[in-house]
Amino acid sequence: MKVFIEKENKEIEHPTACTGLELLQKLNINPNTVLLMKNDEIVLAEDLLPEDAIVAILSVVSGG
Amino acid sequence: MQCDQCEERAVYNELGKTYCKNHFLSYFEKKVEKTIKKYSLIQKNDKVCVATSGGKDSLAALYTTMLYCNEYKIPFFALAIDEGIAAYRDHTLKDLKTFCDKYNIQFRVISFKKAFGKTLDEVQNKAITVLNKKPCTVCGIFRRTLLNRSARELGATKLVTGHNLDDESQSFLMNLLKGNMRHNAALGPVSGLSENEKFITRVKPLYHMTERETRLFCVLRKFEVNFNECPNIHLSFRANVRDVLNEIENKSPGAKHGMINAFLEILPELKKKYREERKEFQYCKKCNDPCAGDICNACKQEAELCKEVV
Repeated sequence: MKVFIEKENKEIEHPTACTGLELLQKLNINPNTVLLMKNDEIVLAEDLLPEDAIVAILSVVSGG
Repeated sequence: MQCDQCEERAVYNELGKTYCKNHFLSYFEKKVEKTIKKYSLIQKNDKVCVATSGGKDSLAALYTTMLYCNEYKIPFFALAIDEGIAAYRDHTLKDLKTFCDKYNIQFRVISFKKAFGKTLDEVQNKAITVLNKKPCTVCGIFRRTLLNRSARELGATKLVTGHNLDDESQSFLMNLLKGNMRHNAALGPVSGLSENEKFITRVKPLYHMTERETRLFCVLRKFEVNFNECPNIHLSFRANVRDVLNEIENKSPGAKHGMINAFLEILPELKKKYREERKEFQYCKKCNDPCAGDICNACKQEAELCKEVV
């Protein structure tokens, strides 16, 4: 699956299907600091992300 | 997973609440309205100024304040401060203009450059190297002053800010770690310790909403928001405290709510103690705003950073 990490403004490829939580753990991202989108729709961290999904990890931290 | 309230797919699952898109939006808007009423943040005779940056928190605050003010026929407008941070503030102000045009909201932009003669970018190096001040400290002093002054000049009686539960829990912990309980006494849904006709009362409708809920609200409402961090945030103590609190929240869900609820229990006593200790106001000899000494912090800072030495 293609994974866009907003905070780092970069896209990576993840080879296998997994849950959102598993993906965040692999990327060492705290689930409290992000929202997950699958194919432009908000999903929960426990939802399955299939191999062909387009995923975005949105940072909830902004400002200054 | 399914919504608690209907058969739709859930988009939110926190602290025992599971909601679909529509039930989350309704939960968010009702909770903000409840916060406004519980702490009497906005009243019928107010004229409300919403401090906005175009970021997610201030747009959520502006939208929910608009819903409240429209329902109770209370006048309101948006006010933005342009600090002059290249490749950051210009984007958020553009988003803000689009938003205000869409909802037909009156808004004004006031810049550091016009008010103090220089942008934040122009004074940043001097602030760090000569005065040993972080950009966030400099920015905070100028922003607070300019927001209050501009809101007052535009006739506002309340100043709404987009501070949320995360901001408040970070501020509380930062002040605690610095041993500054007086600054904690100035926190709360209604900010400040001192009543003075020249201070516009600051209020926080998003006080009980988390940063995560606020961004989810903006995404689901399809607000066009630039979600970049301020480029100076990494220099701040707040960023360290924020990361620590998020780690704690991850291991102990609800910790931030717990901290703020406990803080709210002691806040009335804190405010009482520090109000009693407060000295009489003096007025700044340069701008005539109320302050603790002869010259207010903003005028001192302006003299240190913005005036050319001839």
